[in-house]
Amino acid sequence: MAAHDSQPPVLEADNICKSFGDTEVLRDISLAVHAGETVSVIGSSGSGKSTFLRCINWLETPTRGAIRLHGELIGRRADGLPMSDKLMAPYRARMAMVFQSFNLWPHFTALQNVIEAPIQVLGVSKDEAISEGEALLEKVGLSDRASAYPYALSGGQKQRVAIARALAMHPSLMLFDEPTSALDPELVDEVLTVMRDLAREGMTMIVVTHEMRFARDVSNRVMFMDAGRVAELAPADRFFTQPQSDRAKQFLRFQE
Amino acid sequence: MTDLEIVIAQWPMFLSGLWMTTQLLVLGAIGAFFVGLLCLYLLNRRSPALERMTLLYIDALRMLPFLMFVYLLYYGLPSAGIQMTAVTASILALTFYHGAYFAEIMRGAWAQLPGGQTESARACGFHGFNLIRRIILPQLLARSGPMLGNQLIYILKDTSFLVIITVQELTWAASAVQSQYFIPFEPFVIAIVLYWLLTLLIELGINRMDAVAKEKGLGRS
Repeated sequence: MAAHDSQPPVLEADNICKSFGDTEVLRDISLAVHAGETVSVIGSSGSGKSTFLRCINWLETPTRGAIRLHGELIGRRADGLPMSDKLMAPYRARMAMVFQSFNLWPHFTALQNVIEAPIQVLGVSKDEAISEGEALLEKVGLSDRASAYPYALSGGQKQRVAIARALAMHPSLMLFDEPTSALDPELVDEVLTVMRDLAREGMTMIVVTHEMRFARDVSNRVMFMDAGRVAELAPADRFFTQPQSDRAKQFLRFQE
Repeated sequence: MTDLEIVIAQWPMFLSGLWMTTQLLVLGAIGAFFVGLLCLYLLNRRSPALERMTLLYIDALRMLPFLMFVYLLYYGLPSAGIQMTAVTASILALTFYHGAYFAEIMRGAWAQLPGGQTESARACGFHGFNLIRRIILPQLLARSGPMLGNQLIYILKDTSFLVIITVQELTWAASAVQSQYFIPFEPFVIAIVLYWLLTLLIELGINRMDAVAKEKGLGRS
């Protein structure tokens, strides 16, 4: 990682805490992600993985802690109040998110879903957005489905459109929230293949997932969460071959 | 001449009444639509104070009989120094009264939308009015077509009250012909038929909207 020393990490999460009422969901989560890195966040349901991911782009407001994007503090204004959606917009645009339930906009075709935010949020011209959107759909293997509405797409196709939509923002970081959990088993691979290609091309990604094979083969590091804490944060191959914590050993045994 | 022929000979009056009714309907509906949108925007600002005020407005107007609201605007406001013509008062009354209903219909439809869509829009950097206009509104319109159509019909019917504050709309035309020629029945039948035709037009428009929505697969998952 020596090459990164001169630059701040793409993302730093410092001591993120989140409570819903009396329930503590996240307790002191810290993570730094460097350019080109893929970090998988794994753990059992309810361990706080998704909440942590949603705190990164402030869809969820952390109770305490700080998020830095390229070294810049985001989410809170100087007076400590949370930033409005308007102030957060430029940062969110650089941390594109892919959701478990796809969340495509059903009144737009696949291509329109991809070009909508670049035109409306980034101010890209329509022609430019269309030619790039077509290229992105081709990249995820869906150029023949550009004019299809979401209802006519399979789950795997919807998720690939969602990935193209995220890529169209030219993000410096991508957040994946269990992108394959809502898919039929035979559709999982087409989405994972796209994500594997992105990792290989050097995209910086944080992936909340239950796909252990993906976490092991594709990610550089694994963050294993348990009951709202980081139980283990380790290079992927070491985590899967020699887990240190008892909780991780137990979890991995259960996965086999 | 039969009674009906006498009444039909007065067609210019019916026509001008119909024209006034149509204008009230269209302007009132457009105004109400924008008031509804404004309410949605205010409810979406994440400000508890704005949200309370907006909900108070919506509830207050919905518990008020329409005619009372018209009286309030036309007879009440002059005592506060605000004078306006009967037509202006009518359009404002339709706008703010039915705006509350539009807000309620669209709020309900928004609550039915899968929550993730607003979220994915925010995650892409959408916010404020643009989020509503580009992402939410088209879906609300597609999903709440029949409810909105119903409300348009209520607007049409409420315009008939406005004869009471001297607006020369369709009901006024019918009663004017009735009292001039002492023909109690036919003028109202003609007015009813014209109201019915306007209602059919509204239905036709809503059906077109639904057809477009179906074509796009809205309402399906």
